[in-house]
Formats: sequence, structure tokens, C-alpha cells
Amino acid sequence: MIPKSFDYYAPASLDEAIRLLGENEEAKVLAGGQSLLPMMKLRLAAPTALVDIAKLPGLSYVRDEGDQLAIGALTTHDSIEHDRTIKDRFTAINDAVVRIGDQQVRNIGTVGGSACHADPAADLPTVLLVLDAQFVIQGREGQRVVPARDFFVDVFATAVGHDEILTEVRLAYPPPRSASAYVKHSLREADFAIAMVGAAVTVGDGNVCRGVRIGLGSAGPTPLRATSAERYLDGKALDDDAIATAAEMAVEGADPPSDVHGSREYRMEMIKVLTRRSLKLAVGRVK
Amino acid sequence: MKVNGKQVGGTVEPRTLLVNFIRDDLGLTGTHVGCDTGHCGACTVMVDGRTVKSCMVLAVQARGAEILTVEGLAQGDKLHPIQEAFWKNHGLQCGFCTPGLLMSGLYLLQRNPDPTDEEIRRGIEGNLCRCTGYVNVVKSVRAASKSMRKGGEGGARA
Repeated sequence: MIPKSFDYYAPASLDEAIRLLGENEEAKVLAGGQSLLPMMKLRLAAPTALVDIAKLPGLSYVRDEGDQLAIGALTTHDSIEHDRTIKDRFTAINDAVVRIGDQQVRNIGTVGGSACHADPAADLPTVLLVLDAQFVIQGREGQRVVPARDFFVDVFATAVGHDEILTEVRLAYPPPRSASAYVKHSLREADFAIAMVGAAVTVGDGNVCRGVRIGLGSAGPTPLRATSAERYLDGKALDDDAIATAAEMAVEGADPPSDVHGSREYRMEMIKVLTRRSLKLAVGRVK
Repeated sequence: MKVNGKQVGGTVEPRTLLVNFIRDDLGLTGTHVGCDTGHCGACTVMVDGRTVKSCMVLAVQARGAEILTVEGLAQGDKLHPIQEAFWKNHGLQCGFCTPGLLMSGLYLLQRNPDPTDEEIRRGIEGNLCRCTGYVNVVKSVRAASKSMRKGGEGGARA
């Protein structure tokens, strides 16, 4: 299968890339292409131009910046998987990337590409919401920083404007005695998940919850925070009963689709199961 | 770009997939088109030392890159240790998926010269085989791991 014809640009700088996007209304940004190209081959997407930013220098890194970790938008899933800090401090990201696609996809697919593609059934958007990531977006006028809750706008739509490019994802280091986890359920390993849940917790004395974020994927047009479950858990001891109650509450506001992969009812039940599992896994990881 | 050590060039439509450039323009038909949807991995090649599915990459994305295809593994009549291992351990039956599996197997062994069976299975997760059924593929990669560690040169090359 061959995509529809398009013009191809390989700009030498971010500024040039942004200018090209401004000049081509139907242009799309190409990074690794592991989501975009399959859609173009199936002609679900037919941009008239691609602006290939993969070779732009200085956008692939994982950098410690004191109180936060900065991840360049062109960092591949494979590089993320092998990053020690991410594995230790942002474990949910590691949980997610080791199961993204397969080795070949992880070798070229990028964090920024996955975030901007904003597929509600993809792994990273949910995890980045759970970890309260900040998204650095470069435009003609300079850069702006958008928090995760405002970044994912709709199915395949983000806060990144047409002539803007996501350049970096920032993660604040969690306080001591924090941990995170991400779990998903799919019938076959390489399939898109039927349900996915991430959890990040901070635990105080007596196993009391001092902060929690729960994120659901495949449960609506964008990744969702399970806010009532979060509010319920805050200040409570994180025992089995509390976690079980929170898991029941996690589906409030969830609106998963019914399709060939799983019915709405099945997905709702799986969200509860996975909320329980992700919370227990995260709590168990707290050191 | 460089393919199997040889400088090659050409002008293509931007929408030309890397696999089509390799097969149709360069005549290197060892790299197979299987599913053409990014699932099967038969079209796996190395681009700058990393495996990618060449049906999921545009030829223009690989401009200036160094490409390794299955044709670049053997040296003259001498098979690459991983090819030798697949041959000796019946790691192929119909052979359609083999070019991709050789690439994924080699990539794994370059990064992890002594993998466990579980690591081998994860290393070839992006390659589907419809006849051999993976047991002999895993056995072959394990055998290649042994011979490449003994020989040394196989791992350093390619």
C-alpha cells in the first residue's frame, strides 16, 4: 500500500520547520512515523505535505534539570526504556514503553510523536497524564508550556497548534515515598489495549495516601483522570478495602467505546480491575 | 545512502517506501514484503544500526543512512554466523520471514550477546513466522549467540 502523494520537506532548523507548517495548511509533522505512516498507507490520513523533523539536532535527550526531568520530543521509546532515571523515578513510563509496539517500532517511534498523535488507546498519553507532565510547545512567537490536563484535547487532537511543534516533555520529580505504575489489558500482546490504567501515589506514615493520580486510557476521546477515586483515596490508608472502593469509583466519568475488541461493559469492568492492580503495584513499589 | 557498504543513490517520489526502494530500485529482493501493514516484520532491515520495518519508513527518511539488508550478511560464500545457525537448527521452513528474523536476531545479539530464551523471544516479538513456530528460531538465535561469542568477528561485523 502506497500513501497518497505529498510534498516532503526536511528542514534544517526548528524555525524553518515551523515556517513550513505555517505555509502548508494540510501539512503534518513527521517524526518516527510509526503511527502516521500506517494511517497514510491505509489512506485514513492524506496530508499534502510532510515536514520531517527527525533529523533536527538537539531534540533527543533525557536530561536532569534539578527538580525535573526533561525528555526531548524526538527521544525514541527504546532510549526511554534503557534510561535508568526513568525506570527508577517514573516507573510507569517504563511499564508503558516496554510494551509499545515491538522492537522495530520502539527503535524509531518517539515520545513526542506518540504524545502528539494522541490516540486515546495509545500508552504514553495516559502515562503522561498520570505523571502530570508539562509539554513544551514551540511556535512562531516563542515557546509555551502546557500541562497534561490541557494538552490532550480530543481524539487525535492536542493543544499543539498547526504551526507549532512539541519540543520537550517535562516531569517533576515526585516527592520521597512516591511510586507509579501502568498496566493494560489486551487480548494479544501487540494489539491496542482494551483498557489501560496508570497510577502515581505518594505515601505517608501509616500507609496513608498523601497524593494520588489515576489515569485511564481507551475510556473516552482523551486520557482521563479518575478524579472521584483520587479524592476518595486522599488521606486514607492505602489498604485493600480502600483500593477496592477506589477501583469501583474509577469508572465514574469513563466512557469507553463498544467495538469488536471489547464491549463497553467489559471495558468498564477491566478499568476497575486494572485500577486495583495499578494502585497495588504502585503502592508496592514505594520505598 | 549506503546499502550493505555500497554507496547508492536515486531520486524517488516522497511516498516511496524504503522497502520498495530496496527491492524495486536496488533490486535487493531478499527483504520481503509480508503484511505491508507493519505487523509481520518480514521487511525488517537495519538503518544506522537499528532495526526498523522498511514498509513503515519512507525511503526519503533514510537519506544519508547506512542500511544493512539480508544480502549484506554473508561474506562471499561464507554465511554470517546467524545465517549458519538458522540453517543448522532448522530455524526456517518456507523462509519468507527469515530475512527479517535474521535482522532482529542479529540486532538482539549485538546489544545482548548472551540473551536468555525470554530475552530472545522478546527480541523477535516484531517478527511473525507462520510455519516454523518460533521454537527453532529461538534455538537458532541461541546457537548464533554461542558461535558469535566464540568467533568474535561475527558480532563486530555488520
